[in-house]
Amino acid sequence: MCGVCGCGAGEVRIEEGEADVLRPGAYRPVTGRSGAAFVPGRKGGQEGERTRRLRVERDILATNDAEAGANRRWLAARRTLALNLVSSPGAGKTSLLVRTVEALRGRMPLAVIEGDQQTSFDAERIRATGVPAVQINTGKGCHLDARMVGRVLPGLLPAEGAVLFIENVGNLVCPAAFDLGEAAKVVVLSVTEGDDKPLKYPDMFAAAGLMLLNKIDLLPYVDFDVERAIGFARRINPRLEVLQVSARTGAGLDAWLVWLEARGREAGRAGGPLAAGQEAPRSCC
Amino acid sequence: MHEMSLAESIREIVDDARKQNPFVRVRTIVLALGELAAVEPDSLRFCFEAVMTGGPAEGAELRIEEVPGQGYCPACASSVALHALYDACPACGAYGVEVTGGNRMQVLELEVE
Ligand SMILES: Nc1nc2c(ncn2[C@@H]2O[C@H](COP(=O)(O)OP(=O)(O)OP(=O)(O)O)[C@@H](O)[C@H]2O)c(=O)[nH]1
Ligand SMILES: [Mg+2]
Ligand SMILES: [Zn+2]
Ligand SMILES: [Zn+2]
Ligand SMILES: [Zn+2]
Repeated sequence: MCGVCGCGAGEVRIEEGEADVLRPGAYRPVTGRSGAAFVPGRKGGQEGERTRRLRVERDILATNDAEAGANRRWLAARRTLALNLVSSPGAGKTSLLVRTVEALRGRMPLAVIEGDQQTSFDAERIRATGVPAVQINTGKGCHLDARMVGRVLPGLLPAEGAVLFIENVGNLVCPAAFDLGEAAKVVVLSVTEGDDKPLKYPDMFAAAGLMLLNKIDLLPYVDFDVERAIGFARRINPRLEVLQVSARTGAGLDAWLVWLEARGREAGRAGGPLAAGQEAPRSCC
Repeated sequence: MHEMSLAESIREIVDDARKQNPFVRVRTIVLALGELAAVEPDSLRFCFEAVMTGGPAEGAELRIEEVPGQGYCPACASSVALHALYDACPACGAYGVEVTGGNRMQVLELEVE
């Protein structure tokens, strides 16, 4: 187990609702164990034999990046806008998503992937709105990876021109490093967390295209300097867009819906069937 | 952060290399670790040992070569040494220095037998 944040491998579960299919073992983590077990001394290479050097030069995140690229092409071929929502635990990702899909339902096809270490509470909250949701439980893993997302895409997203929301595991650190194939990361920062968070966890704010400053209904009760928080975030990422919202009162959500519809139109214009020679879209295993 | 995932990626790279160039055991793994890659070497070593147990790289030495951070400052148009992401430009004090090197993590080389 990771000595810093406790993340680990294995035990990924996927739950798609209705029949509550649990398929442990159906998923191989991006970085999972592969190949036969090593039996020392079985054959060849005796102790003392000369060693040789193998030049490898491979990027450590290359496997995930390749899977993310496959997801991105698959999504583009279906003119789908995918957004990766990231925040620390409890900033309000699911509350915002529930509000958002309620507002957009009927206007465009929608789907949600929920990432949490345990429980399918969040997927159930989404399904209660009538929008399809798949829950990925990462077990000890503290972030979603591109292979997990690729595994559930074919079953979740048959419709063209959809908006796919991917709610990552609540964690302001690790998900920044794992591309899922999304068009943009949306970082949710809530005003109860403190206005210094963009400087304390800069990678996430650097990776994001939009920051939703949530729980602004609580501003009268907390010492949170909105201008300071935005200034810190833009010091890290000068191009970061910022919207102030409240999932509780609905304040600011109109601007967020306008942002979404504009990005959705962009994805629709840019995407389309793959040209010959491009990698084949992923299909269900 | 996620040093466990990184250690598992290293194992996957070792497994792939072994399929292409069969070997029995890994003696040394040489990594190039960017100064700006946000990886804790101690934590990575700890995870590395745990992940490699039972495989061909069990007990292998992990040699980490640090690659210095580099950036380009658009404000004063200079290339600068960067020791932390998002730091102000050491030449002119402006923020917004673009990272140009030292932010990657690579497995460079395996010494195998
Ligand atoms: N006052 C107020 N409370 C909010 C707002 N948004 C969310 N909350 C509350 O914050 C708590 C956490 O909200 P969630 O939506 O579950 O947060 P999350 O980011 O999905 O949490 P995880 O999935 O566990 O990381 C709940 O009690 C929500 O009711 C808001 O805008 N204002
Ligand atoms: Mg949630
Ligand atoms: Zn972590
Ligand atoms: Zn992690
Ligand atoms: Zn400068």
